[in-house]
Amino acid sequence: MSTPDLAKLEATAKEIRRKIIKITTEAGSGHPSSSMSATEVVTALYFGGFLRHNKSNPRDPKRDRFILSKGHAVPVLYSALCEAGYFTFDQIMTLRKLGSPFEGHPNMAKLDCIEASTGSLGQGLSLGVGHALACRLDGYDAHTYVMSGDGEMGEGQMWEAIASASKYKLSNLTLIIDQNGYQQTGSHAEVLDLRPFDSKLKAFGWETLVINGNVMSEVVDALGKLKSIKDRPTCIVSQTKKGFGILPVLETTGDVNYHGKPLSKELAEKALAYLA
Amino acid sequence: MNIGEISGLKLGKATRDAFGMALKELGGEFPAVVTVDGDVGNSTRTEWFAKAFPDRAFNVGIAESNMVGVAGGLAAAGKIPVVSSFACFLICNAFDQIRMSVAYPKMNVKMVGSHAGISIGEDGASQMGIEDVALSTALPHVVTIVPADANSARKATRAMLEHNGPVYLRCGRIEVPEVYGADAPFTIGKANTLNDGKDATIIANGLMVGIALDAAALLAKEGITVRVLDMHTVKPVDEEAIVAAAKETGRIVVAEEHLMAGGLGSVVASVVARTTPVPMEYVNVGDTYGESGDPMGLLEKYGLTAEAIVGAVKKVRSR
Repeated sequence: MSTPDLAKLEATAKEIRRKIIKITTEAGSGHPSSSMSATEVVTALYFGGFLRHNKSNPRDPKRDRFILSKGHAVPVLYSALCEAGYFTFDQIMTLRKLGSPFEGHPNMAKLDCIEASTGSLGQGLSLGVGHALACRLDGYDAHTYVMSGDGEMGEGQMWEAIASASKYKLSNLTLIIDQNGYQQTGSHAEVLDLRPFDSKLKAFGWETLVINGNVMSEVVDALGKLKSIKDRPTCIVSQTKKGFGILPVLETTGDVNYHGKPLSKELAEKALAYLA
Repeated sequence: MNIGEISGLKLGKATRDAFGMALKELGGEFPAVVTVDGDVGNSTRTEWFAKAFPDRAFNVGIAESNMVGVAGGLAAAGKIPVVSSFACFLICNAFDQIRMSVAYPKMNVKMVGSHAGISIGEDGASQMGIEDVALSTALPHVVTIVPADANSARKATRAMLEHNGPVYLRCGRIEVPEVYGADAPFTIGKANTLNDGKDATIIANGLMVGIALDAAALLAKEGITVRVLDMHTVKPVDEEAIVAAAKETGRIVVAEEHLMAGGLGSVVASVVARTTPVPMEYVNVGDTYGESGDPMGLLEKYGLTAEAIVGAVKKVRSR
């Protein structure tokens, strides 16, 4: 694999953030801030050559998989898929509208390029374990990436899945914890503090990497290391900020969490100008 | 009391045993089949498949939520996962995982709940799945099958694997009489008529089918003839057979080893009320939990007997 062009990836991430803002403001609801914390990772996966996907055959059994377990952040996925040519911008502008396949949380039954129907938190890693086991059985060199939130780690099923991935030494499975520090009613520290994740995952037999997930070079570097780990599943603890990319704009609202709400048209204009 | 004694049926295998044997036998014919267990494979009988096909069997430990999720992922990758546990742990513990990772995306996952009903006996209420049919039939896309005996369970296992989509197969722990021979007819969604009569229809499934046949024999001695339908598929239910029963016999009794709420009785009642209102009575566990005891003693204590069905038929005829 050739070395990804960081400047190009950063420009793509910026464009994906612009789309996230546009589609959620148009929808009048959604989770732009939770989408933006994850933007560098999703951008690097789809545009940095890490996730081998096939636009003409999205369910190609040999494809790599990206499962968005924190399904509320789906605007980042729709925007990345749009940027990758799966959809037009007009299509994803129907987000959350009646009849649109771009539902508020991902629905794999309506879109072939969506790997999992998520939205009930805690379930994506188990699905990833299933994919990883199937790929191994079939002899496919396919890698499965699952992204969860840090608040989502409160779900017991995550830890069941972590244990089972370790049992089967699923080196073809990577969990990326988008540790943006906030959940619905407050900070991760206030609600249910499960940090540090890396030592917990290590104790379960996983290899862990801790990065600043909003710095593209660190994301690319971490994703590049995964294939060299051959005997165990891998976890990237991606330390991020909710709403990264437009933080100064969000700070003017006085709400550092900015959970589960779109930007007003006026705020969106300011944010888009900031990202220009 | 012995089930099937009155009607002269001979005791056969438990439905869980028939399922386990069938799954192992079908493993070669269905190479995509894999099993996912929550460490009770020796109870659900998937261990027979697991011993024959060790590479295709995954025991993820006592973690039903993950077990069902892993099955969802395997199905999304083209496998036909058979995920099993006790009916209550599979359906109740992992209900949201079944909803989100199986039913909603229409995953080709086969869910097998063993130890359904109160007839599991001594282990008591915590191990008894008596609300599982209500829960599974509540979910869109999920086929729900409750076989009456070993031959039917064997046929149901093949039908389940051939069906493309989520299926819940409900099995029991104890040996039950052979209602069918080896040529048991089995089509998903198609009830079997085991006895015909004109005075009422008993619609049953699971081990209550044998008991319903006993009741039919008792009633015949009194000159009352009843139709007995084995409604092995609760969803999609055989509406045609229910409507015909209502029209032709005018009275319906539903017998099942399940709570009153949401079981076969509710499903039949909703068809009857919408199409052909006729008087109905019910023989089931009611609105309570079970307890420890011997299986036959429990069936008697909770009123799941031929005599109870006879009483229900007489009551429904008096209305």
